[in-house]
Amino acid sequence: MAKYQFTVNGVQRTAELRDPDEPMLYVFRNALGLKGVKYGCGLGQCGACTVLMDGEAVRSCQIPASAAVEKKFTTIEGLGTPEKPHAVQAAFIEEQAAQCGYCANGMVMTSAALLAHTPHPNVNDVKQALADNLCRCGTHDRIVKAVMNVAGGR
Amino acid sequence: MTHSTTSISNINRRHFLGGGLFVAMSFATPALSQSSAASKLGKTNDPKDVDAYFAIHADGRVTLYSGKVDLGTGSRAAMRQIAAEELGVPTSRIDLIEGDTALTPDQGPTSGSNGIAKGGMQIRQAAATARDALVKLAAQKLNLPAADLDVVDGTVRPLAGGKGVSFAEVLGDRRFDVKLDAKAPLRKPETYKIVGHAHKRPDVPAKVTGTHVFMHDFEVAGMWHGRTIYPPSVGASLVSVDEASIKHIPGVKIVRVKDYLGVAAANEWDAILASRALKAVWKDGPTLPRHEAMKEWILSSPQVGDEVIEKRGDYQAGAAEGARKLKSTFYWPLQSHASLGPSCAIADVKTDGATIWCSSQSTHKYTSSFAKMLSLPQDKVRLIYIDGSGCYGMNGHEDAAADATVMSRELGLPVRVQWMREDEHGWDPKGAPQLIAQEASMTADGKITAWKTEMWVPKGTEKLPNIPLLAPESAGLPQVPGLSPGGISGGGLPAYEIPNMEVQVHWLKASPLRPSHLRAPGKIGNLLAVETFMDELALEAGKDPVAMRVELLKDKRGVEVLKRTAEAFGWDARVKPRKDGKGRGIAYTKYKNAETYVGMAMEVDVNVDTGAIAVKRVVCVHDCGQIINPDSVRSQVEGCIIQTLSRTLLEEVKLDGKRVTSVDWASYPILTFPLVPELKIELIDRPNEPPMGAGEAATAPVSAALANAIFDATGVRMRSVPFTPQRLKAALLESKTSTG
Ligand code: FES
Ligand code: FES
Repeated sequence: MAKYQFTVNGVQRTAELRDPDEPMLYVFRNALGLKGVKYGCGLGQCGACTVLMDGEAVRSCQIPASAAVEKKFTTIEGLGTPEKPHAVQAAFIEEQAAQCGYCANGMVMTSAALLAHTPHPNVNDVKQALADNLCRCGTHDRIVKAVMNVAGGR
Repeated sequence: MTHSTTSISNINRRHFLGGGLFVAMSFATPALSQSSAASKLGKTNDPKDVDAYFAIHADGRVTLYSGKVDLGTGSRAAMRQIAAEELGVPTSRIDLIEGDTALTPDQGPTSGSNGIAKGGMQIRQAAATARDALVKLAAQKLNLPAADLDVVDGTVRPLAGGKGVSFAEVLGDRRFDVKLDAKAPLRKPETYKIVGHAHKRPDVPAKVTGTHVFMHDFEVAGMWHGRTIYPPSVGASLVSVDEASIKHIPGVKIVRVKDYLGVAAANEWDAILASRALKAVWKDGPTLPRHEAMKEWILSSPQVGDEVIEKRGDYQAGAAEGARKLKSTFYWPLQSHASLGPSCAIADVKTDGATIWCSSQSTHKYTSSFAKMLSLPQDKVRLIYIDGSGCYGMNGHEDAAADATVMSRELGLPVRVQWMREDEHGWDPKGAPQLIAQEASMTADGKITAWKTEMWVPKGTEKLPNIPLLAPESAGLPQVPGLSPGGISGGGLPAYEIPNMEVQVHWLKASPLRPSHLRAPGKIGNLLAVETFMDELALEAGKDPVAMRVELLKDKRGVEVLKRTAEAFGWDARVKPRKDGKGRGIAYTKYKNAETYVGMAMEVDVNVDTGAIAVKRVVCVHDCGQIINPDSVRSQVEGCIIQTLSRTLLEEVKLDGKRVTSVDWASYPILTFPLVPELKIELIDRPNEPPMGAGEAATAPVSAALANAIFDATGVRMRSVPFTPQRLKAALLESKTSTG
């Protein structure tokens, strides 16, 4: 077992891991108890496991713990809460942009990263930014509307 | 965040029957049997008892027990709205418990788009009976006739004004002890204040802030993480296991029961590593068809009989009257639920009972399967529903639960099984393939005299209690064998006035992979056949597709839906296809020929060089009777359209003769954001009509409207799903050569 340190949601966290290649997805969910991040494919194909690493949206299933040491992460729990949601989360609630909601972590985190870089995207920018985030329930239209509501305009 | 301190967001634990129990149930996990749970609470689950559905607490809160579950459909809001309206309390005062077999009445599976139409109406009637009982009890307390009282805001009040008594004062923490009265008077729709409004769903804030506890996030004290090792071919038998192959991973246990193979570890990542490293020798199962050869397989596959399942008039006589003959055939492939989160479940099996947490759409129904598998009495098996990743009939939820059950039984620990992506795509039960052929006869002046639809589909086993699961099969544990592809032969006739029609089914003995009910089973393919054939007949008759349909439709609600669809779309009437790469198509259904009315029009752009299809816009007009929550209905309709576009344009399970090879999102792609069209949805609310389902109906016309639009754009008929660019390009080339 070895210790790995990361900053997660502004707090220094330590995980004791046997395998340095354990993906951060499992580190967040199990060692750190942050279950907002979801397992969808483990292959980098679906986006359910998205977190922010040094401000960029990344797929935590593709990041081994050893490559994440000393990085700064924001998970969905660090973005906002039901009582004090982040603007993107508030817009998702307003638009009711979740059916089963399993994809919501990836949708919210990817959208938050987009808006941090591009505060006023157009509809196509939003669709492109979310192009590799999958939703099986067909919530796409609401998700785009929610992000556009935050972005202001069409 | 550890889950010993996290509440399930959809359940208010404090009010869980006066507290205490829920905590015990979740974490200390005594294998509570239904009877002991029920007797401790004095709670009945008999659907005939009002106490099965409602409990009034001393603090004025109300618990609603629903056998139907919210699969992301919004029923968690809608069920509360129905109960609140009828009972006379605000929705905010109602706590909802769903799908726990020890606590909720068995209202049947949440499927077939019947959650509200059947389950919700049962709850409405129970609430009306409950209100009636509360008013009668209050009448005694107030010494007034019941007829002079009304319920407002959880208080029974004299209509003439003055002080009333609250529900809590009347019945707090006591039982109703009344039977559900099918005649208990319902509130009049004109007086509705809650039903018909877009109440926000209570689970959405938690779902978008990462605090909602999905099945995948749920934990039980002392649980281990299990992974099943699925064989390299369907039906394979296990020859040997090389235990040394995982020696380097400490603390892993191998579970081997006959042909079932799994690994479990206290740490999830260790279990995953072990599942990848474990070496085993398997003997291949029987050969399967390849997906490219499925049509041939279907036609040569053993049949268990022909059956005319629907008939109007006399087909033979009608066929003799019409000299012009038309034919069309369609193929619908095997498809996967392809749920975004692979299935997950936890089982805690003890010698005297078992508790299983899973996302099954049919917890009540599946207790019999788990009891049989464990050789336990049915009342010693408790299934507790927890939200999973979206499921649209039956995905791998129950299989993951069966895997966990086998492992828990062997290891004597609670075991959590999380399927991996390749397990879900590879082993979830599949939507069955369909072959459909149609023939029609028309007179010289364009009158359709006869219509016949023929289908080649697997036959469901009669009286099959449940779809068989993988783990009992491989572990040699008892279960009832059989097939259940769902109502796959439904909707084979057009909704139009055609005098002589019949549907003939050639029942296949087998299905290439274990079938299950994938959203609107069979109905999308059948309507694709029926509604494109209507267009072919309209073309033959020299009529515009909308005009022809309106002419032949006698159902008034149907006609309204069709006309409004054409109007909302801006339909431009034509009797011939444009063939310039731009097209529009329409399709109509009265779902299952008895339920929700849907009209759908679509606009497409086709790149005639590459065959690429871009759906530009979809217009849908939807009449499902009384609407409980318009925003949830809308959301379901959106989901129906987008998911079915995905199924129509992209999806086909691939098989190499041994196993499924489309086991990830690259080999089984689904629709992505850039391909999602503009949606325009109009809901027709009919408060005085019974509510019908919204979870499936709008899937049915999607493929047909799209195929009709492609025909308008190109003059080419797509006859196999998915409508890939390669297929369309090939069809375009063929049509060029055949027309010279
Ligand atoms: S789980 Fe990481 S991309 Fe799918
Ligand atoms: S809401 Fe279910 S996968 Fe997106």
